[in-house]
Amino acid sequence: MNKVKLTIDDKQIEVEKGTTIYKAAKQLEIEIPVLCYMNLEGLNIENKPGGCRICVVEVEGRNNLAPSCSTEVWDGMVVHTHTMRVINARRTVMEFILSDHPKDCLTCAKSGNCDLQNMAVKLGIREIPGQEYAEMSKYKTDFSPSIIRELDKCIMCRRCEMMCNDFQTVGALSAFHRGFQAAVGPAFEMDIEDSPCTYCGQCVAVCPTGALTEKDHTRDVINALSDPTKKVIVQTAPAVRAALGEEFGMEPGTLVTGKMVSALRRLGFDYVFDTDFAADLTIMEEGTELLDRLTKFLAGDKKVKLPILTSCCPAWVSFFEHNFPEMKDIPSTARSPQQMFGAIAKTYFADKISTKREDLVVVSIMPCLAKKYEAQRDEFKVNGNPDVDFSISTRELAHLIKEANLDLNKLPDEDFDKPLGESSGAAVIFGTTGGVIEAAVRTAYELHTGIKLDKLDFEQLRGFEAIRKATVDFDGTPINIGIAHGLGNARKLLEEIKAGKSEFHAIEIMSCPGGCIGGGGQPTHHGDSSILKARAKAIYAEDAGKPIRKSHENPYIIKLYEEFLGKPMSEKAHHLLHTCYFDKSRKIEID
Amino acid sequence: MITNLGGFKMSQHKQIRIALNNCGVIDPENIKEYIARDGYVALGKCLTEMKPQDVINEIKESGLRGRGGGGFPTGLKWEIASKNHADQKYVVCNADEGDPGAFMDRSILEGDPHAVLEAMAICGYSMGATKGLVYIRAEYPLAIKRLKVAIEQAREYGLLGKKLFETDFDFDIELRYGAGAFVCGEETSLIHSMEGLRGEPTIKPPYPAEKGYLGKPTNVNNVETYANIPIILRKGASWFNKIGTEKSKGTKVFALAGKVKNVGLVEVPMGTTLREVIYEIGGGIENDKKFKAVQTGGPSGGCLTEKHLDTPIDFDNLLAAGSMMGSGGMIVMDEDNCMVSVAKFYLDFTVEESCGKCSPCRIGNKRLYELLDRITQGKGELSDLQRLRNMSLVIKDTSLCGLGQTSPNPVLSTLDNFYDEYLAHVTDKKCPSGECKDLMTYFVIEENCVGCTACARVCPVGAITGEKKEVHYINPEICIKCGACEERCKFDAIIVK
Repeated sequence: MNKVKLTIDDKQIEVEKGTTIYKAAKQLEIEIPVLCYMNLEGLNIENKPGGCRICVVEVEGRNNLAPSCSTEVWDGMVVHTHTMRVINARRTVMEFILSDHPKDCLTCAKSGNCDLQNMAVKLGIREIPGQEYAEMSKYKTDFSPSIIRELDKCIMCRRCEMMCNDFQTVGALSAFHRGFQAAVGPAFEMDIEDSPCTYCGQCVAVCPTGALTEKDHTRDVINALSDPTKKVIVQTAPAVRAALGEEFGMEPGTLVTGKMVSALRRLGFDYVFDTDFAADLTIMEEGTELLDRLTKFLAGDKKVKLPILTSCCPAWVSFFEHNFPEMKDIPSTARSPQQMFGAIAKTYFADKISTKREDLVVVSIMPCLAKKYEAQRDEFKVNGNPDVDFSISTRELAHLIKEANLDLNKLPDEDFDKPLGESSGAAVIFGTTGGVIEAAVRTAYELHTGIKLDKLDFEQLRGFEAIRKATVDFDGTPINIGIAHGLGNARKLLEEIKAGKSEFHAIEIMSCPGGCIGGGGQPTHHGDSSILKARAKAIYAEDAGKPIRKSHENPYIIKLYEEFLGKPMSEKAHHLLHTCYFDKSRKIEID
Repeated sequence: MITNLGGFKMSQHKQIRIALNNCGVIDPENIKEYIARDGYVALGKCLTEMKPQDVINEIKESGLRGRGGGGFPTGLKWEIASKNHADQKYVVCNADEGDPGAFMDRSILEGDPHAVLEAMAICGYSMGATKGLVYIRAEYPLAIKRLKVAIEQAREYGLLGKKLFETDFDFDIELRYGAGAFVCGEETSLIHSMEGLRGEPTIKPPYPAEKGYLGKPTNVNNVETYANIPIILRKGASWFNKIGTEKSKGTKVFALAGKVKNVGLVEVPMGTTLREVIYEIGGGIENDKKFKAVQTGGPSGGCLTEKHLDTPIDFDNLLAAGSMMGSGGMIVMDEDNCMVSVAKFYLDFTVEESCGKCSPCRIGNKRLYELLDRITQGKGELSDLQRLRNMSLVIKDTSLCGLGQTSPNPVLSTLDNFYDEYLAHVTDKKCPSGECKDLMTYFVIEENCVGCTACARVCPVGAITGEKKEVHYINPEICIKCGACEERCKFDAIIVK
């Protein structure tokens, strides 16, 4: 008998054994407030430490209150979710939490979007008794190129720790100290920069408060846009257009490409370009590299490194530099689309508009926080001048648009500028898990076999499963493809490669759940994974509606090679579009 | 020997030694002495004459309940662990004794380590475990040393290791060290700590008997519980269950401390009254002052008063009285103890020892402490007493583990039993026992003062003024209440109120 019957607030329900009170109540449409609990359904991400104690309920026959998020139901259980005892307990616990939380909501990055703030409203908190003499736990604020940690605002929900350790297996965060001083951070309270953090930003994506936020670059962008001596150009990553609308009250999955272009132009950018252009360029380089390795491999070359791994995701790059440095010659050497764009913009395009490199400011709009870190890596600078000057997140862009009093809902649809604004459908799907490899397959297939594809949708490469495997028939040659999103899943594939057991020819890896659409710089999903799925759907819809859906057919890409780069993997392409990786593994020294 | 601890002649009257049977009698570093006192006979009997279920039945029949604080029936615990099947199971001994002033487990480990090892092997046999782990705090170096010696000797004698007593039963024991976190006495925290994880609790179920150390069925008992096992199996459940009360069998070891004449370990049958322990064994209150309260159960327990003195001590009676057995701390207080300060003392301990995982314990206890601190400084208000009670009840009601669920007990029991004392602090701004320095004022009694100037000369902050041979004056704004003047004055001219 795998079903149990129970009563919640005088309503009867039968649920699977092992269900928690919270989930059973949800089936009855009884909403129990939760704070630390987070469940990204379908992604196998569930945080239920039972730590905040906001979700407590009364269970008949039990002495104390039960945390509904983590207490499993039993047959005949009788639960009361909103008795006065429960309400008093929730309020009192909330007062405790708020008594140790800074009250700087006016300037907090999370204000208006903060789970703690919302809960305070929900529970009717109007004052915090004893606040005037309550000691607050204090920590130093930790700055990094991507993430800012203000642990004074940490409420010990442990979501970040779960994402960092269980989902990403990065292991940069864990609880330290005990009791009142307990908080979450790198071991020995070191700075995040000195930790194995990859800046994937998933800790920021799940933080319910302003304890973890992105490093804000909107001020830098405003300064650049107000400087008359600078030409300021902008590139927008594919995942941004599928999520930006959420910040303006639109349904998740609403595509706002045209309105976003319109808004950027009104903000004063001289040229509004698309990272998707560079994504097409990435496919040309990475696809050629893949074909090169494949051809050698099929010809019997044993030294060739396979599988080839994608290299668009900067957090993933950091991850293998930290954890698998001995394998750093396996990933493709192709730079990420953001960096390819920057390199081309500050050479090819700068020449076209006769502007000096120093007078051209490249801003990128990214769903990602690791892009901020990537933009300032030394290998992407020329004489100290970075190819990409500032990388801002989808959230930061939304702030800028709102600040400029622009209503995204009412803006007209406009097109990207040429030449760096034209892109294929293949580039758009870079924004979701499986997209890069699908785009690569479209091009590699046609270049390898010389046959035109009838059907461009490779359904077997799509979806949200953690690790996906598919074989694509390259006209008689079966090519095995692996896809992983989430670094923990990537680790599994890497361990296979390390053990010599990998069957794959090519693997796509994205750090974030769902790929870039679930990036650390996207509008907060508040634990609702259906939002991520809606974004993915929007991305595929944009691809389907594009007149050009293969990277090698993008006329401006063809023109770029003709006018400037020569051919893929040419010397110039190598110089501008490829990179190398470093051993960043940690050698722990104990004196 | 316990009858001659630290020079005190402690009354043997009313005491029965079961857990402490061998302590002070044998050389703990010589296995032969343990064997000479029937050591390992119980293990041999179990392995050669009894089925695992027989052993469990015997322990169940004995009525032994866990001595670590919870009082869960030991036999039942073993039975649950025995019924969960797995390729590997573990027997764990909780030797993370952490209550302030308590040293029952330490004495057993230092005085009779083999009793614990033997009991763990018996437990392993009964539940089908071949590995034992002793989680011991690193601050117990002598206990660690003696355990190591005992384990080595037991291995030499074939009493640990492979094929014990020429049966197919293998059992060996290793030590695991704790870094001194009180919360690691809680069994899920203890297991996490042994696994190398942060020592913090997780929600039960799953209980360790289902998913414990490394996810395998694990039985966790405390040192004193194990120390009872060999003797029960030697003398029989029916011998053991005649001792004690209806629902609490056997004896309990207490660390008697505080304002009693004889301090130290006492082992009394369950059902002995607090009065018997304090007055007959403890010899009464130090300096024959007035008894005020006795705190049992360590930081999780409560303060009991005069009216509880004739309560027979057992698990259920102490709980009903608003305290608990705990692991056996027993601290006696006299009329000079301020009960608000006592509550504050214990809260200070829990604030320090909270792991920080759940909000009520992490923050709530801190707020309780702060409020108590204010009350002892005379900054409390009447409404604070209601807040104190509400916060305490919510912390108990909502905390994740036993630490937070019991940490407000010292506050609640003193609020219940000594409400007047709290009232005096908040309404009159007075500490009736005179312990709260902030609420005291030093005065010069004019008629007694001869103007000798001794007080003014000894005052470290220059708070006392006055001409020679004239009445002196203490400025309360400057006075730091160190008491030096009162001590120096030969004319009883300085008093504190």
